[in-house]
Amino acid sequence: MQYILIVYLVVSFGIFILPGWLKKQKALLLTLVQLGAFIYFATRIPEITSMPSEQIFISWLPRLGLNLEFVLDGLSMVFALLVTGIGTLVFLYAKAYMKSYSGTDKFFFYLMLFSAAMLGLVLSANLIQLFIFWELTSFLSYFLISFYHEKESARKAAFQSLYITGFGGLSMLAGIVLLGSVIDSYALNDWIAGADALRESNLYLPGLLLILVGVLTKSAQFPFHFWLPGAMQAPAPVSSYLHSATMVKAGVFLLARLSPVLGGTPEWVYIISMVGVLTMLTGSYFAITQTDLKGILAYTTINALGVLVLLLGIDTKESIKAAMLFLFIHAFYKATLFMVAGLIEKKTGTRELSKLGGLIKYMPFTFVIALLALLSMAGLPPLLGFLGKELIYEAKVQSPGIASLVLVLGVISNVFMVAVSLFFARKVFLGKSPKYEKLPNERGFAFLIGPAVLALLSLVLGLSPDKLGTAIIKPALFVVSTEAVEVKLKIWHGFNQVFYLSLLTIVLGVGLFWAMLKKKKVLEIWRRVNDVVFSVQLEDVFAWVMDKFVVISKMKTKAVQHGYHRYYILTIFVFTTLLLWFQVFVTRSWDFGIAFSMKPFYISGLAVVIILAAAASTVSRSRIVTIIAMGVAGYGISLIFLYYSAIDLAITQILVETLTMVMFMAILQRLPRFAVLSSKRTRFRDFLIALGFGSVMTVLALKAVNVNLNPSISDFFIANSYDRAFGENVVNVILVDFRALDTLGEVTVLTIAALGVYLLLKTKKSKL
Amino acid sequence: MIAFVALPILIPFVLIITLLIIRSDKLARWVGPLGAGLLILLSVYLLVLVREHGVIALQMGGWEAPFGITLVVDYLSALMLVVSAIIIFSIAVYALRFLPETIKLNRFFIFFFGLTMGLNGAFVTGDVFNLFVWFEVMLMSSFVLITLGRTKNQLEGGIKYMALNLVGSMFFLAGVGLLYGKTGTLNMAHLAEILKNDDQAILMNTSAVLFFVAFGIKAAVFPLYFWLPASYHTPNITISSLFAGLLTKVGVYTFIRFFTLFFVHDPQFWHQLLLVIAGLTMVAGGMAAAAHYETRRILSYHIISQIGYMIMGLGIFTPLAIAGAVFFTIHNMVAKTNTFLVSGMINKARGTYELKDVGGLFNQSPLMAVLFVIPAFALAGAPPISGFFAKFILIKAGIENGNYGITAVAVLTGMLTLYSMIKIWNEAFLKKQPENEYAKTPFKKLQFAEYFPSVLLGAVSILMGIFAFYVFDFTMEAGAQLTNPELYIETVLKRVNP
Repeated sequence: MQYILIVYLVVSFGIFILPGWLKKQKALLLTLVQLGAFIYFATRIPEITSMPSEQIFISWLPRLGLNLEFVLDGLSMVFALLVTGIGTLVFLYAKAYMKSYSGTDKFFFYLMLFSAAMLGLVLSANLIQLFIFWELTSFLSYFLISFYHEKESARKAAFQSLYITGFGGLSMLAGIVLLGSVIDSYALNDWIAGADALRESNLYLPGLLLILVGVLTKSAQFPFHFWLPGAMQAPAPVSSYLHSATMVKAGVFLLARLSPVLGGTPEWVYIISMVGVLTMLTGSYFAITQTDLKGILAYTTINALGVLVLLLGIDTKESIKAAMLFLFIHAFYKATLFMVAGLIEKKTGTRELSKLGGLIKYMPFTFVIALLALLSMAGLPPLLGFLGKELIYEAKVQSPGIASLVLVLGVISNVFMVAVSLFFARKVFLGKSPKYEKLPNERGFAFLIGPAVLALLSLVLGLSPDKLGTAIIKPALFVVSTEAVEVKLKIWHGFNQVFYLSLLTIVLGVGLFWAMLKKKKVLEIWRRVNDVVFSVQLEDVFAWVMDKFVVISKMKTKAVQHGYHRYYILTIFVFTTLLLWFQVFVTRSWDFGIAFSMKPFYISGLAVVIILAAAASTVSRSRIVTIIAMGVAGYGISLIFLYYSAIDLAITQILVETLTMVMFMAILQRLPRFAVLSSKRTRFRDFLIALGFGSVMTVLALKAVNVNLNPSISDFFIANSYDRAFGENVVNVILVDFRALDTLGEVTVLTIAALGVYLLLKTKKSKL
Repeated sequence: MIAFVALPILIPFVLIITLLIIRSDKLARWVGPLGAGLLILLSVYLLVLVREHGVIALQMGGWEAPFGITLVVDYLSALMLVVSAIIIFSIAVYALRFLPETIKLNRFFIFFFGLTMGLNGAFVTGDVFNLFVWFEVMLMSSFVLITLGRTKNQLEGGIKYMALNLVGSMFFLAGVGLLYGKTGTLNMAHLAEILKNDDQAILMNTSAVLFFVAFGIKAAVFPLYFWLPASYHTPNITISSLFAGLLTKVGVYTFIRFFTLFFVHDPQFWHQLLLVIAGLTMVAGGMAAAAHYETRRILSYHIISQIGYMIMGLGIFTPLAIAGAVFFTIHNMVAKTNTFLVSGMINKARGTYELKDVGGLFNQSPLMAVLFVIPAFALAGAPPISGFFAKFILIKAGIENGNYGITAVAVLTGMLTLYSMIKIWNEAFLKKQPENEYAKTPFKKLQFAEYFPSVLLGAVSILMGIFAFYVFDFTMEAGAQLTNPELYIETVLKRVNP
C-alpha cells in the first residue's frame, strides 16, 4: 500500500525528466497510474469487511510518537477509491483541458503530488503523519490555485486559501499534540483504545475545539467558507478535483476518523451540527444568486460540505450511513459539473450565466450529462442523489435534540438546491442562444469521458444501489460507528414521512425555479437584498484584517526601530538597570557583612579624587576640561593598580590613558563648537539613568567583594608560577602560559582591527 | 586525538596567516573554499568523537582545569560546529561570485576566517573569559566585514552595530568580573560544580543578569535587537548571509550553555523571563517582517522572530524542549542563510532588493524559484522539511510541560512567517515584472558557483527533514547532556578519562 505513494512520488518528479516523445503523453501516463491505483484499491474491496485489510507500521521518530502508520479499512477505502477514481477521470480531462497552456509540467507535477498527499492523508493511521499530509495538501493546493499566477486575483485567492487552511492546520496540530499528551501517543489505534480517557480528560474540549478549527477551515465551513469560492481561480480540472474528492473532503474525513474517539459527547454533537447547518444554509442560499457557473458550483459545494459535517455531527448510525452515501453522490455530480463548466468556458469563452443559453443545440451530449448530474444534485429520482436525500431526511428526523430545527433548515436548503439545479440547466442549455463569437462544439473526446462516466454512475447506482451499500458503505460505517450496521439501500421506501418531505421539497423547489425564471425581478431583488443584508463580505473582512495588521506592524516597527541611536542605547541600559535592581531587591536580606573603612588613606583619597574628576567631566562646558578630568580619573585608577603591586596593569593603563588623551586632543580642533542641544528634561532623565546604573554597579561590586563562594584560583597561579611555569612575574605567566589562548585571541583581534583600520583609511588605488 | 579539539580555532588562524602571506586574489579563490571544506571534515570528525566519548575536553597548555583554559566539545558544541562549517563553506563558495569587484577576495577571506575563528572558539571554549575573547574576535571581524565596501550607509550601519555590541561586551566583561569576584574561577564546569550545591547561589543572579543582557544583545532578542535591523541590510549580500546564519546563533548558543550549565539555581525567575522574552521576540520580529517590502529587511527581522523559538525551548527547560531548541537552531541556521543567498540571486537578476520593483522570476528562472521555495517552506514549518520537525518538537515540549501561553504564541507566529514568505514568493516570483528600469536588466542564467551553495543548503534542509530521526537523536542527546551536565563537569575536571 505504501508503495503506491512511492510510485506517485516518483512519477510526479519523473515528469521533469521524461524524454520528449513520452513527455507529450505525460497526462495519459499519469492517468494510467491513477487508474492502476484505483484498480488496486478496487480489487481489495472484498477483503475489507469488519477488520482493516492491512496495517503498516514503519518506525520513524518513535521517541516523538511519530511513525509512518498506514491503514486500509472501510473508511480509508471509501476515500481512496474517490481520490484515485475521480483522479483518473480528472487527469484524463486535464489532458484535454491543459493542452493549450504552457507550464503543464509544473501543473501535472503539483496535481500528481497533490493526489499523493491526499491519498497519504486518507491512509494515515498516525495523527501527526496525517497532519503532515494535511499540510502538504494545503501547500500544493496553493500552487494549483495560483497556477495562473500573473493574475492578481489568482494570487490573492491562493494566498487566502493557504492562509485560512494553514491557520486551521496549525491549530489542528496544537489540538492533536494537546490530546496526544493525555495518552502519550499519536497512533490512531491508541486514540481509539484510549477514547474514554480522552473524553473524560479536561483537555478534551480545548483539544476538540483546536482540531475542529482545522477541520472547519479545510472543509470550508461557516465562517471560514469564503476561501472556497475564491479557489475557483484554479484551472477547471483542479476545481473539479478539489471540490469533489479531495482537499475540502479532508476535513470530513478527519471528522469521520475521529468520530469513534472524540464523538458522542454533547459538545461534539451540538458544535458540529450547528456549524454544519449554518454552512448548509449559507451554501445553498448564496448559490441561487451567483452569476458565474463556477461560483454556483462553489457555493453548492459549501452546501454539500455543510450537509456532510452536519450528518457526522448528528452522530447516529443513520446519519453516518447517509454521510457515507452522500460523499459518493456529491463527488460524482460535483466533479461532473465542474468538468462541464470548464468545457463550456473553453468552448464559449465565458462562464457568465447571462451570456449563456441554448447550448443544447451545439453540445447535446454535454447537456445529457449535465442534466443527470444536476438532477442528482437536486435530489430527484431515479438518481443516486434522490436516495441520498431520503437517507439524509431520515437521519435528520431521528437526530437527537435539535431535530426540528435541523429538519426545517434542511428542507429550506434543499428547496434552494432544487431550484438552483433546474435554473442552471435551463439557463445554460435551453432557451435562446446568444451570439457566440465562434460556434461552440463538443469536439474533444477526453473532455467528455470523465463527466459521462460519473453521470452514468449517478444513474446506475441510483437504480441499483445495493452493491455500493453492502460492499463499500457497510465496512466504512463499521469503522466510524464501531459496530456492525446493516446497510440496505433501495430507491423506494414507501409512503412515509420522509417521502412527503421529499415531495414537499421538490414542489417548493420547482415553484421557486419557476418564479426565478418567469419573474426576472425575483432574482434582482434577491441580489439587492443580499447586497444590503450581507454588505460585509467575509473575504473583505479577511483582506481588511490582513491590511490593518500590516499597518499596525508598520507603526509598531517604526516605534521600536526608530533609528535614533541614543534611544537604542538608552533602552538597553534602562532594561539592564531595572533587571539588576530587581535582583538586588530580591537578595536584599542577605548579610554581606560589609565593613567600611577609610584605610589606607592613599586609596580613599585617590577614590575621592577619581569621583570628583568623573563628576567634573560631566558638568564641564569645555571639552578640554572634560578630557583632562577623564584623564585624571584614568591615572587615578592606574595608581590604585600600582598600590596593589600590579605594575604591568598600571603601566598598560597609563599608556592607554596617555594615548587616548593625545588622540582626543588631536581631533578636538576638528570638532564643531561645543553646544548644548539637549533640553533640561532629557539631561535630567539621562542623569537618572546614569545614576541608576552606576549605583547598581557599585552595589554589585561591593557584593562581589564580599561574597566568596569558593577560594580563588589565583592562589594557584601564584604558587605555581615559578615552579612549573618558570616565570617570576605572575601576570606575565598568566598571559603567556596559563591563559595563552586568551592572548592568542586578543592578538588576532588587534591584527584584524589594525587591518580593518588600514583598509578603511587607505585610498582606493593602493593594494594590500 | 583529543588535540583535534583545538583545531576549529587553529585552522582558521593558520588560514588567516596564509592569506596574509600569499596576498593573491587567485590563490584566495582556492584557499577560502578549501579551508572551509576542511572545517566541515574536522567538525564531522569531532561529532564522531563525541558520539564515542560523550564529552571531550582538552586542557590547553597542559594546565589542569580549572586553572588553565579548557576546550570542551559536547553534542551541542559539535552540532553547532558541523552546521556552521557547512554554512561557512557555502558562503565561501558564494563569495566567489557575489562579492563586488571592489572587495578583494583575499582581504575578504582574512576577516571571514577571523569571524570563523571567533565563532568556533566560542563553540568549543569551556572558559568564561576565553569566551569573551572569542566574542571580541567575532565582533572586530564582523565590523570590518560590514564596512568592507566603504559606502556611507555601511559605515553608518557598522558603527551602530559596533556601538551596541560594545555595550554588550561591556556588560559581558562586567559579568565576568563579578562572577570571578564571587566564585574565584572562570572555568564553566568548575562554576557549575561550585554553584550546584551552594545555598547562596541566588546571589549569582545579578551577574547572570549582566550575561543575560550581553547574550540578549548578541542573540538579538526583544528589546535588545536594535543593532541587527540597523546593520544587516547594508553590507554585500555575501556578508549579510554569513551574519544571518551565524552571528545571532552564537548568542543563542551561549544562552543555552550558561543557563543549562551553571545559572540553574533560580529556574522560576529565569525560565519565566526567558519565556516572556521569547514570546515578545517572536511577535516583534514577525510583525516587523510583515511590514517591510525589502527582502533583506524582511529576512533580517525574521531572524529575530525565529530567535524567539530557540529561547522558548530553553525557557521550557525539559530535555525535549532543549532538544527542540537545538534542532530549531541548526535548522534555522541553514534555512535562514539560504533565504539570504536567494535574495542575493534576486538582486543579481534584477538589480534591486525592493519587492515592489521585481517580479516574474518564476517563469524566468524556475531553478531560483525552487531554491527559494525549499528554505522558505522550511522556515514556514511545512512538512516534511526540517522546520516542521523543529516546530513540532517545540510545540510538543511546550504542551507537555503545560506552557500553553508560549506555545500559542509560537503557533501563531508561524502564521507571520508564512505571511512573510508568501509575500516574497508572490512579489518576486509570481507577479509580472513591473515595467520599470529594473525590467531592462538582461537576465543571465545562473552559473554553477552561484546556485551551488543554495543547492547545498537546500539539500541539507530536506535531508534534515527526511532523516529527522537521525538529527533528532543527536539533538536529544544534546538535550540530555545539557539538562544533566554531570558528564561535562566530570570530564572537564578530569575525574573521568575518556
